[in-house]
Amino acid sequence: MHISEGVLSPAVLYGGAALACVGLGLGLRKLDYDKLMTVAILSAAFFVGSLIHVPIGPANAHLIVNGLLGLLLGWAAFPSIFVALLLQAVLFQFGGLTVLGVNTVNMALPAVLAALLCRPLIARGGKARMLGAFLCGALSVAGAGLCTALALALTDEGFVQAAQMLLLAHVPVMVVEGGITLLTVGFLAKVQPELLHNALGGRECA
Amino acid sequence: MFDEPFAAGTSLIHSLDPRIRLGVAVACSIVCSIVHSLPAALLALGAALVLVCLSRPPLRPLLRRMAVVNIFILFLWLTVPLSQQGNTPVLASYGFFVLTQQGLDLCLLVTVKSNALVLLFLALVATMPTPTLGHAMAQLAVPNKLVFLFLFTYRYVHVIGEEWQRLHNAARLRGFSPRNNLHTYRVAGYILGMVLVRSYERAHRVYEAMLLRGFNGRFTSVSTFQAAPRDALFCCTALTTCVLIMAVDYWEIFCV
Repeated sequence: MHISEGVLSPAVLYGGAALACVGLGLGLRKLDYDKLMTVAILSAAFFVGSLIHVPIGPANAHLIVNGLLGLLLGWAAFPSIFVALLLQAVLFQFGGLTVLGVNTVNMALPAVLAALLCRPLIARGGKARMLGAFLCGALSVAGAGLCTALALALTDEGFVQAAQMLLLAHVPVMVVEGGITLLTVGFLAKVQPELLHNALGGRECA
Repeated sequence: MFDEPFAAGTSLIHSLDPRIRLGVAVACSIVCSIVHSLPAALLALGAALVLVCLSRPPLRPLLRRMAVVNIFILFLWLTVPLSQQGNTPVLASYGFFVLTQQGLDLCLLVTVKSNALVLLFLALVATMPTPTLGHAMAQLAVPNKLVFLFLFTYRYVHVIGEEWQRLHNAARLRGFSPRNNLHTYRVAGYILGMVLVRSYERAHRVYEAMLLRGFNGRFTSVSTFQAAPRDALFCCTALTTCVLIMAVDYWEIFCV
């Protein structure tokens, strides 16, 4: 879920922007030119992935897949998500210039942390891989929901109820995302193990 | 797959230097996002409306974009005025729900600011083609790698989008219809995985092709921008308006 422009307080906006700059710096420094192309095309794939709608109960939600992105790209998930969000702003006017930093941190930071946490599990293979992949997907979405809710709640106490509802809405999405991440990781392990292997071996992508 | 209905045009805004437009958009957005008072926000909304009118956008896409943005705002309207906050004056109460003045004020301010910012973006940034935006970013000291990433992500979003559409069509031809079951999630997960595998392979092919054509890590562009006197005039007018908005905001907060 993006936060629209004009909602958050300056403190939250610029705190988020500063954090995003740190993340972007880290991500870009680790990114060589021979890997840029892979990150660019995977960003495009995730941009498209986030347009995929799946039914969740009576409703219909689009995938976020930030966990998978963190898993495959590591810290490069920061520039990747930043670019995807900027494109969404340009093409659909979701989000915007001033909330770009906050939205990037909301999506990328939980993804990177969840991936760091779950990589050892996924590298073990078998049941541990399934558990790790599920946790990676679910924790990333839970973290994204938590960060978004926190940004709203820190802005004004009037938004606390909206933040709580937002967090609650993330629970079913979290389970579905975990499941999809599990299935996709399983698929990648069968079809193109090198994609996962490179991500897990510390050499993020390519 | 993704159209840019505002990018093409011959209006005054379209003829301005993209670097100036992007810089002014960033500066004005920052000013607009930090105002605290309704009169200043309304002034910003007025200025943004003038800019949008100057850019002469197609009306239907404009209204559709505005509607999408206001969905989030609507969500806030549904929750915020009804949440209880400390000891603020209560306007009305219906059993469990309590309507407060503070909540209403907050919602109104956020609505005006949000719409002003989106209109500003639509007028100044959405009016340039995405590649132009990338080149303008490169000339405004955005890191080279980030611009590269932005331009190539944009380039391949269309290709990958078509790939996904093809896989989706193939699934539908085999009788796939999304429901609430494991099968649906499995198909979605596998299609996503297939898109990733193909993207990964495509990235390798494209990168090798670029190396063959002598890519050395530097990204050169044939398009050059030239600032004209009217760009300076536009820049000054916009910045003056920003200062005016800040002054009104300061006056409202501290002096009234």
